[in-house]
Amino acid sequence: MHNTWVIFRRELASYFATPLAYVFIVIFLVLAGALTFFLGNFFDRGQDDLVSFFSFHPWLYLVFIPALSMRLWAEERKSGTIELFLTLPVSLSAAVLGKFFAAWAFAGIALILTFPFWITANILGSPDNGVILASYIGSFLMAGGYLAIGSALSALTKNQVIAFVLTAAVCFLFTVSGSTVVLGFLQNWAPAGVQDSVASFSFYSHFNAILRGVIDLRDAVFFVSVMALFLYANAVIVDLTKAD
Amino acid sequence: MDAMIDVRHLTRRFGPVTAVNDVSFSVDRGEVLGFLGPNGAGKSTTMKVITGFLAPTGGTAVICGADIVENPIAAKRHIGYLPEGAPAYPDMTTLGFLRFIARIRGFSGADAERRIDLAVNRTALGGVLAQSIDTLSKGFKRRVGLAQALLHDPDVLILDEPTDGLDPNQKHEVRTLITELAPSKAIIISTHILEEVDAVCTRAIIVAQGRLLADGTPSQLEARSRHHNAVRLAISGEAPDAATALLRLPGVQSVEPVDDAEGAGLMIFPREGHAIVSEVTDLVRTAGWPIAGMRVERGRLDDVFRAITAPAA
Repeated sequence: MHNTWVIFRRELASYFATPLAYVFIVIFLVLAGALTFFLGNFFDRGQDDLVSFFSFHPWLYLVFIPALSMRLWAEERKSGTIELFLTLPVSLSAAVLGKFFAAWAFAGIALILTFPFWITANILGSPDNGVILASYIGSFLMAGGYLAIGSALSALTKNQVIAFVLTAAVCFLFTVSGSTVVLGFLQNWAPAGVQDSVASFSFYSHFNAILRGVIDLRDAVFFVSVMALFLYANAVIVDLTKAD
Repeated sequence: MDAMIDVRHLTRRFGPVTAVNDVSFSVDRGEVLGFLGPNGAGKSTTMKVITGFLAPTGGTAVICGADIVENPIAAKRHIGYLPEGAPAYPDMTTLGFLRFIARIRGFSGADAERRIDLAVNRTALGGVLAQSIDTLSKGFKRRVGLAQALLHDPDVLILDEPTDGLDPNQKHEVRTLITELAPSKAIIISTHILEEVDAVCTRAIIVAQGRLLADGTPSQLEARSRHHNAVRLAISGEAPDAATALLRLPGVQSVEPVDDAEGAGLMIFPREGHAIVSEVTDLVRTAGWPIAGMRVERGRLDDVFRAITAPAA
């Protein structure tokens, strides 16, 4: 527990050690804004909610999260610091969790900094702030799911670019698996059970369920299980690949 | 007392390649063990297994009573480790990095600061505390790695090529440091610089192709050299029959002309176990050769190293 905290602090500080973190947050905010106002028609919709803001988050995260997670393990392996890190008296689980929570906290900070949208909506109308809070929590949980995937895949390679591409690809699959395109493709030949389970892996549908304003236990459990599963895989992958 | 480092039948395979093959040795407090071998001999792999970075395929290492396989965290607490190339987080400052190491090793507050001070003084890092590690020179980076390994005053120090890439002054500093630390610790250093073994090690082992091939004090190893007790003779004038005359001495095995940086001369090799220096001096005096220099060789580690590690032809 103590070690997870020490690692968490080091990792989070290392995001801010270079200007990259600030550039990153600015790009995230600009993109979030652009998508909300231009593609989401925030003003023209004439509704006082933040649906046009949140509904782009899965797509935003497809770019943003792999860029956050790519360095987690790939960089340690590339620079050899993994040998130093894993010969300190820390357990592998503390190492994996400390890094993951740092990246997740960074994503959380970026998310919190979108508060001007919330203020704007409250000035222009009287939105249901309960729904907005639920949406923020849902978005944060979804970011955690993507990050766990990214962290695990980052341990597969020493090359951060490969980690980025791999993570973006896998996250894309997890996002679109509930879309009509994928389900339509499966419809004609796959058994209903397969279709249902593919659909149930979709981050998009679980997130959309939360956007309706209710955090259903099933949706929360889904994201938490994705995190647990991929962080476990993360530890296994680190153990297998650290030697080379 | 049990040895502080006890390596038992350690084996590590990477797929079909056996990098470390049934290696056993132990190191006591006060010993500095030189770990020698050609590149790719399994030195680094052995160290990675002892420090708990890699799991062994077979066998184990016991550090101060804690088994690295069964009880890795307890064992790691006793170890200060400098990995090959002294990796450190490049975006951190020297002080930030040492604070991180102190915290993760469970020190806080004044205790942590005192330990950091001590390690910084020992490795002369005072001037670069606020500098980020990626701006440091190679020598400083190496010292940051050493400071990190010394921070918790470990019983066991494992240093993978601690002087690699340093200039002669820096090498000397690191060796002095190791010698200072030696009495209270068990130390393993890996190196392929043989002079280092003479300079700091109380014992040396030689590995090649994953196997432990020799284990002894540096002088024991030198005694295995064919140069051990050989006499080097430099004759300044004409003495055409010197070689033949020397060969007739009862203790002499062979005589070879040498011509190297020291100049030209004759290398006189003794028969196994003979000391020939007095025979040679007597002969030189009777024959009246003009002598420019004469020296008894202690034996050469690099001879032994080559003889032991050369792949069987």
